[in-house]
Amino acid sequence: MTGTSPPADVRRIGVAVPELLLTGAHHMCPGCGEPLAVRGFLEAIQALGVARRTIAVAGIGCYTSFSMTTDVDLVQALHGRAPSVATGIKRVRPDALVYTLQGDGDMVNEGLQEVLHTAARGERITCILLNNGVFGETGGHMTATTVPGQRTKNTLEGRDPTVHGHPILIGDLIARLDGAAYVARGSVHTPGAVARTTRMFRRAFETQLSGSGFSFVEVVTMCPTGWFVPTLDGPTYLHDTLGAVHVMGELKVDGRVRSTEELRAENARAEADAARRLAAGGLDEVP
Amino acid sequence: MSTPRGTVTIDVEACKGCALCVPACPPQVLSMSPDRNRAGYHYPVLADGCTGCAACQLICPDFVFEVYRAARPAGVR
Ligand code: SF4
Ligand code: SF4
Ligand code: SF4
Repeated sequence: MTGTSPPADVRRIGVAVPELLLTGAHHMCPGCGEPLAVRGFLEAIQALGVARRTIAVAGIGCYTSFSMTTDVDLVQALHGRAPSVATGIKRVRPDALVYTLQGDGDMVNEGLQEVLHTAARGERITCILLNNGVFGETGGHMTATTVPGQRTKNTLEGRDPTVHGHPILIGDLIARLDGAAYVARGSVHTPGAVARTTRMFRRAFETQLSGSGFSFVEVVTMCPTGWFVPTLDGPTYLHDTLGAVHVMGELKVDGRVRSTEELRAENARAEADAARRLAAGGLDEVP
Repeated sequence: MSTPRGTVTIDVEACKGCALCVPACPPQVLSMSPDRNRAGYHYPVLADGCTGCAACQLICPDFVFEVYRAARPAGVR
């Protein structure tokens, strides 16, 4: 630890670097949202006490740099194929917690059929999608989840559905498949949203461990580099642009698909509640 | 001066200067230093008044903050 040091007579309530990362150093850009999602699912795995029987399958994207530092067993898949690789692993190791880590370019462009068939078959794995609406790793061009109006390297005036087509709302699509038991869409644009997303990861992993079917957590993440915005504007851009289309919330719980109106109302309440608790001294504080 | 409710440690060399922690801090006790770390990034500095709420830790993409709360006397919550 460089910088300041803690005073005596205090209790530590959170470690800086997630314990399932070998190092906190990473190659992501300043203000990137992906490390926040990585922290969330690693903490959920640790809280469930299943790290030693967890097997990750990583796709290809900026987040792949975490493949070298994540302290669970990990298989590197080719573009978009992670759900099929994970299916094979889970079938020979049914006691393992198996998850995929993919981006929107990897999952929704390069390998859309893989995740859809895996969900429809009800494979007992968890697929994690980091969705920022750009191919961040290869320069920031449009993906299948880029929202109308969003500026990317090849939609410089914003995505125009009459020219570039409409985005695929992958979480909503998967929620409609009968094999999917739990489907949620998180976000990392505020501290409260990060904490809610971590709870979604935990529920998804619990769904897998209970054997009730396929589970899916999409997380909308900041990509200030690909969005051409200053790092400080990333969270607001996420909320107003991507978040308005890919709406945060638990899309399917116990087999019931929830309406977008229901999610929007819940989001407003949850965000106000988290802000109130943080202002009172922490999410565990009840003012 | 009353006993501080909380504090944080700041790993200044790990910081990439995104400044997301500054508006996320409810009591507004974080601000960006005019100085730079070895990688050339401005990093946050802490003023008095931290509550140990952990908002900065939740939003920091570079795992810079460790959060501490003052131990409460028995029977007080
Ligand atoms: S290009 Fe975007 S997604 Fe990739 S590391 Fe940079 S900010 Fe993150
Ligand atoms: S959020 Fe983290 S990386 Fe960004 S300025 Fe604050 S301490 Fe540095
Ligand atoms: S713990 Fe809370 S009050 Fe303290 S610096 Fe971090 S955000 Fe601010």
